[in-house]
Amino acid sequence: MKIKEIPQDSIKTLGGEKKALYALDENGRYTTATTTGWEVEEIVLLDALADYDRKAEEARQRVLKNRTSPIEYFMYIRRMDLTTLAQAMGLFKWQVKRHLKPEIFRKLHEPVLQQYADLFRIPIRALLHFEEGS
Amino acid sequence: MNDRPVFEHKHFAHCESGVVSSLLTHYGLSLSEPMVFGLAGGLTFAYLPFIKINGMPLLSYRMFPKSIIRGIQSRLGVKFQSKIYRNKEQALADLNRFVQDGQVVGLQTSVYWLPYFPPEMRFQFNAHNLIVFGKENDEFLISDPVVDHVVKIKSEDLQNARFAKGTLAPKGYLYYPVFIPPSIDLEAAIRKSIKKTVNMMSRAPVPFGLRGIFFMADRIEKMGGRKEPRYIKLFLGHIVRMQEEIGTGGGGFRFMYAAFLQEASDLLQRPILSEASSKMTEAGDLWRQFALACAKVIKSKSDQIDLNPIADLLRQCGEAEKRVYRMLASG
Repeated sequence: MKIKEIPQDSIKTLGGEKKALYALDENGRYTTATTTGWEVEEIVLLDALADYDRKAEEARQRVLKNRTSPIEYFMYIRRMDLTTLAQAMGLFKWQVKRHLKPEIFRKLHEPVLQQYADLFRIPIRALLHFEEGS
Repeated sequence: MNDRPVFEHKHFAHCESGVVSSLLTHYGLSLSEPMVFGLAGGLTFAYLPFIKINGMPLLSYRMFPKSIIRGIQSRLGVKFQSKIYRNKEQALADLNRFVQDGQVVGLQTSVYWLPYFPPEMRFQFNAHNLIVFGKENDEFLISDPVVDHVVKIKSEDLQNARFAKGTLAPKGYLYYPVFIPPSIDLEAAIRKSIKKTVNMMSRAPVPFGLRGIFFMADRIEKMGGRKEPRYIKLFLGHIVRMQEEIGTGGGGFRFMYAAFLQEASDLLQRPILSEASSKMTEAGDLWRQFALACAKVIKSKSDQIDLNPIADLLRQCGEAEKRVYRMLASG
């Protein structure tokens, strides 16, 4: 790739930051150059994020119908799946699966809830009073 | 190594090679990022469909995290002191002491906990490397290789980032160079590392190296009609993200390796390496075309996905790389 071929698409997903890469100058020498992003990166990232958003919305509906716990909703909001969430919590997958059951979730002790809230970077009341937030 | 110059932040393409280049340069061994990446044998290809991360197969264009730090040590004889921690408070106390002593150190962190990253990028990725080189009030001064300016981070956030759990958990991993040999035979080191990368790429069994690239092409082709269009699009997007997202230098590290080959050609006075560099640039350009084709599929609203041209482009990438490794093996 030549320097003048580097895309400068100012993609939103880079949040105004620039990336460094290696490209050829007019003498065919490699040098570092910067880019404001390539549309291709943005398309694939937004598509992946949209998939999480879709899953989060489905989970939100199920929380309101008392068929899952708010943990599932925030799991997708923070771009995780069950395995990733369990690992990030230091729990087994079956334990997290249990916590997704509304009746088990309601009996969870505060330290466990606090650990989820910290991981999701939300206040604990967002978990406990989910209906008000949505 | 007692005279401590002022640390200078530089912007790099990739985090681990960037940190190692920055640290070695700071401690007196000036090496470019492509040189570090090439010497450490950073280039690879691996596609492991049976290992899933967030529902997607493990896929990598570069060697496993930490392999650059390890690789550069074994190749050049430089030595890094490294530490992992059980105790978070101990880790913070140590870091504060290093900062006070003016010791610049590298850290492994989780992107999920770095507030200066764009929110869209904050996934559970635990193998991001950065440098701590100072402190102002309660904020550490960070030289993050993939950010073009110095950033600051609160110690609470940095603690979270250093002690994130999960795959590749950093466990507070901290490192800095302690020994640089007085003389280094860079030419011999370059020869050895090129040989190693060429061997690995051309001889490794499926699903690694060139065979891995062709294997992934076959898998993509077979997906048509068997998998949901939704899944196919996510899968293609996943490949492109591993190849083009922040920290890859674009073209799945192929441009960085081409830059290494060019630098190596100058040092060793061997024009064939410069030719191989041009060929590697062609391979990188093809990888970019492949990414563009994938993005077009994802963007189209249609569920009719023709995977044959995508798989063919991927095979072209493999063929282009094969030419590079043949040339390097013959020279």
